[in-house]
Amino acid sequence: MNDKKLLEVKDLKVSFFTPAGEVKAVGGITYDLNNGEIMGIVGESGSGKSVEAYSILGLLQSPGKVIGGSVTFEGEDVLAFDKRKMESFRGNKVSMIFQNPMTSLNPVYTVGNQLIEALRTHNRTISRAQAGQRAVEMLKLVGINNPEKRMKQYPHEFSGGMRQRVMIAMGLICSPRLLIADEPTTALDVTIQAQILELMKDIQSKTHMAIIFITHNLGVVAEICDKVSVMYAGKIVEQGSVNDIFYSPGHPYTLGLLRSMPRVDAQEYERLIPIEGTPVDMLNPPEGCPFAPRCQQCMKLCLQKMPPYVELGGGHRAACWLRVQEQVNGVDTAGRADSGEADSHA
Amino acid sequence: MMSAEHMKKYPIGNLQPDVESLLAWNEVAPADFELASAEEKKNFIAQRESVSYWADAWRRLKKNRVAMVALGVLGLLLLFAFAGPFFIPYAYDETSKTAGNLYYYHYTLEEQAAIEEAMEAAKSAGRRDASQKSIARELGISAKPFGYSVQELERIAAGEAVFPHILGTDTLGRDILVRVMVGTRMSMVIGVCAALIVLLIGATYGAVSGYAGGRVDTVMMRIVELIYSIPEILVVLLLVTSLKPIIDDYLLYHPETGIAKFIAVIGPSILSIFIAFGLMYWVSMSRIIRGQVLQLKQQEYITAARALGASGGRIIRRHLLPNCIGQIVVTTCLQIPSAIFLESFLSFLGLGVSAPLTSLGSMASDALNGIYTYTYRLLVPAVVLSVMILSFNLFGDGLRDALDPRLKK
Amino acid sequence: MGRFFVKRVLMACMTVLLVAVVTFFLMNAIPGNPWLSEKTPPQATIDALNAKYGLDQPLPVQLAKYLGNVLRGDFGVSIKMMKNYPVRNIILEMFPVSARIGIIALIWAVLAGIPLGCLAAYHRGKAADSILRVVSTLGVATPQFVIAVVFMVLFTMGGVFPILPNTFDLANWQSYLLPCFALGLYPMCYTARQTRSSMLDALGQDYIRTARAKGLPVGRIIFKHALRNALIPVITYLGPLTAFVLSGGFVVEKVFSVPGLGRYFTQSILNRDYPVIMGTTIFLATFIIVMNLVVDILYRVVDPRIDIAKGGN
Repeated sequence: MNDKKLLEVKDLKVSFFTPAGEVKAVGGITYDLNNGEIMGIVGESGSGKSVEAYSILGLLQSPGKVIGGSVTFEGEDVLAFDKRKMESFRGNKVSMIFQNPMTSLNPVYTVGNQLIEALRTHNRTISRAQAGQRAVEMLKLVGINNPEKRMKQYPHEFSGGMRQRVMIAMGLICSPRLLIADEPTTALDVTIQAQILELMKDIQSKTHMAIIFITHNLGVVAEICDKVSVMYAGKIVEQGSVNDIFYSPGHPYTLGLLRSMPRVDAQEYERLIPIEGTPVDMLNPPEGCPFAPRCQQCMKLCLQKMPPYVELGGGHRAACWLRVQEQVNGVDTAGRADSGEADSHA
Repeated sequence: MMSAEHMKKYPIGNLQPDVESLLAWNEVAPADFELASAEEKKNFIAQRESVSYWADAWRRLKKNRVAMVALGVLGLLLLFAFAGPFFIPYAYDETSKTAGNLYYYHYTLEEQAAIEEAMEAAKSAGRRDASQKSIARELGISAKPFGYSVQELERIAAGEAVFPHILGTDTLGRDILVRVMVGTRMSMVIGVCAALIVLLIGATYGAVSGYAGGRVDTVMMRIVELIYSIPEILVVLLLVTSLKPIIDDYLLYHPETGIAKFIAVIGPSILSIFIAFGLMYWVSMSRIIRGQVLQLKQQEYITAARALGASGGRIIRRHLLPNCIGQIVVTTCLQIPSAIFLESFLSFLGLGVSAPLTSLGSMASDALNGIYTYTYRLLVPAVVLSVMILSFNLFGDGLRDALDPRLKK
Repeated sequence: MGRFFVKRVLMACMTVLLVAVVTFFLMNAIPGNPWLSEKTPPQATIDALNAKYGLDQPLPVQLAKYLGNVLRGDFGVSIKMMKNYPVRNIILEMFPVSARIGIIALIWAVLAGIPLGCLAAYHRGKAADSILRVVSTLGVATPQFVIAVVFMVLFTMGGVFPILPNTFDLANWQSYLLPCFALGLYPMCYTARQTRSSMLDALGQDYIRTARAKGLPVGRIIFKHALRNALIPVITYLGPLTAFVLSGGFVVEKVFSVPGLGRYFTQSILNRDYPVIMGTTIFLATFIIVMNLVVDILYRVVDPRIDIAKGGN
């Protein structure tokens, strides 16, 4: 296994310069990814999770701009790529699939045409016939029956789930090292969701490619991811392995997300506990922790100053004053239960 | 504690333990660790004032420079058309045998005499190409602004103050500037009235159709579809052609009725334009109104289904109704330039307003004959007309962008 | 395809019928007898007219007779301008001239408008876009006769740059230049504007984002993916554009003295030559309605998303 990190994102900052002002969509995030790892990025709409993924592939359009930080893929500085380099990078080394399969395919060309196009853009030597064969293989791989016939059909002849499969096929056809999936299952039925997730897990185990899975659904994260970054208001508020996040969440926001999830094994009388309040206004982000107004355990300090990261062990860290307080007071931060201090103010 | 340089050394994403801030704990008061109250949390979020829909739209409109300039131009045109004629002592239909075909410049009496002489000399010398202008240039005489007839110049020489024909006169001696002003007035009035008529008919039809729903709605909309597929211009031409004699006839045989008096005021030709425009162009307006009515209806059902009572309905009226009115205003505003366009089209072809009334289109049509020698006679009304239509269009576009910025491209 | 096609054709026929009926009734509502010229014709002519149109019969019967004649292509004879000359012949002689100018105008309008619109969309917000938007707004707002006259004054004999002839001659290609240009300017600006917004629309779609993420070069994205989608709506503009070109033709023919059907039509209106008015109106209206029908069907054939069998939409 390759020791070198596949992807390193350091202090990435992205802002949108709108007529109303600068919207700091991503305020400096850092994470890394190894070969074959599946990382989940969790957050609500507006947390900046999609924006940062777009910046990896240079898909940001004005008024959005990367204003700081670095993105390194296999040792190369992605943000410094010129147009040519970026075009050969996209779809080839790193692929991305998007949220709405219904509109992500061009309606006036056949599916086969679009698949072959994806392949031949990056592989000039391959003939149309060979590319066609490979496209058929990919369609088979993603579980589409009768691929030869389907190749000649138009996107509107496919259902939502099928279109997403086609998108996955298109993303994988050049065997990328990294696949970025931006909420690929959000627009689909639950049963189809499960199928797509199974498919992705299956493919990943065969190809050992890395995946960044962006979602707001913790259930999906639990299903497929190895590690998780939780984003809020453009910052990563907690990072760690799936187990760390789910069994010992270090940030009240993560805790809130977990508690607001409907659970199959919940008792009938247990109510869902939603997170109060509304997301932050990114035009004028306040001083202090952005989650503070919605936090049950908000302290006066939280309203004044942004909390630093606290290492909670084994690559698990959270940015919260509560954790800072614990560490200073010498409380054992690893292996805390999620009930306890949290519930006393519920 | 968290100074700027501190933040630089330890940016939030940094994985290094923030020892310094941990050590600086002593500076933090124990009170800081108390739970924050709900009050403090609320104040934390800087509230952006919520602005009313209209104030917001007005603000957006003001920022749109093009639309504001267009509005200004329209204001000037309005002044020009309605207040202008008061400053000029000539009536728009005041003909004059002596002051015909004046240009917008003139030569003094002495200069004219000199030019005459030189022209005679040139003619007898066999030169064919001697025109007034070329001779004047040769003699080094420059033209003075404004048009005066010979008789008027004589009156000035005798000490009388004569108001100039700023843009000259037409073949019958009518002052052109005044006619342009009156023509502008005519075009504007026709445009606005026609748009209002269309609004009235279209809104009524669309509202009834939308409100009634069901079979009635389907039938009414089928009719709309039918009318929509008729080529409007042809039918308008037809209507204008046939309505005028009908109205004339009516006037002739029933001059005492109130309607006849009304018609006599606006004139049969204008009335026929109104009727023609009203009959053909209400269709798109009715569709829009019907759409809005349907939306409103849907909201009412939803409100009724919710157990919230009056508050739901009020909120919906505050948001939905302004949007409706906004659409109506914009569509009506954009109908005005189409009406003016149509009227100028008809007048240019000779089918619009009839003499002695004038409109910009008919002035242009009249000027077509002397187009090479008296070019400006056509250009002036043409330019005024184009500017007017353009300004209405730009303002209407600006209005639309302001009221529904989502549509902006 | 079948059901939809039949529905639309039926609608078109009804519209033509409506126009014919309206035309008939309007003409007959005019006081005085429209079918006779000012001078009373000899009795034989009156009898012939009565026989042909049943002028002494109730209106609906007259209408039926007239419609029957129309279906056979008989629009009657001109009573003012070319006495007793069949209207049908007038139309058949003059329409090709107007059609020629109209088609040339439309072709140049579309050929110029689409690339300009794409250019403006691609350079959105920059200088090229702003210039194009200004020009096309002017072109759309300025009445056709203004444009026609301005160009005539500028470029014909006796004007500022006397390079083109100022009388229209069918054989002389130069005399086609100005009328076609003037006639096509509005459609060109209209097409450019619509293409621009259609392209912007297409460029904002999700499938363009997919194309970018696939690593396609910019040129391919614009010309293969966006343009094809943007051009489909262009077909729908052809319908109203035909109507514009037709009515604009009236003006252009007047200004440049082109011996076409439009000029004859406007003259017939001024001269109260009712059979010509009616016949020409019905003919032109039918033409426009048929064009709209063709365009409508073509649109649904070209867009693969629309399932014609299910009736469109």
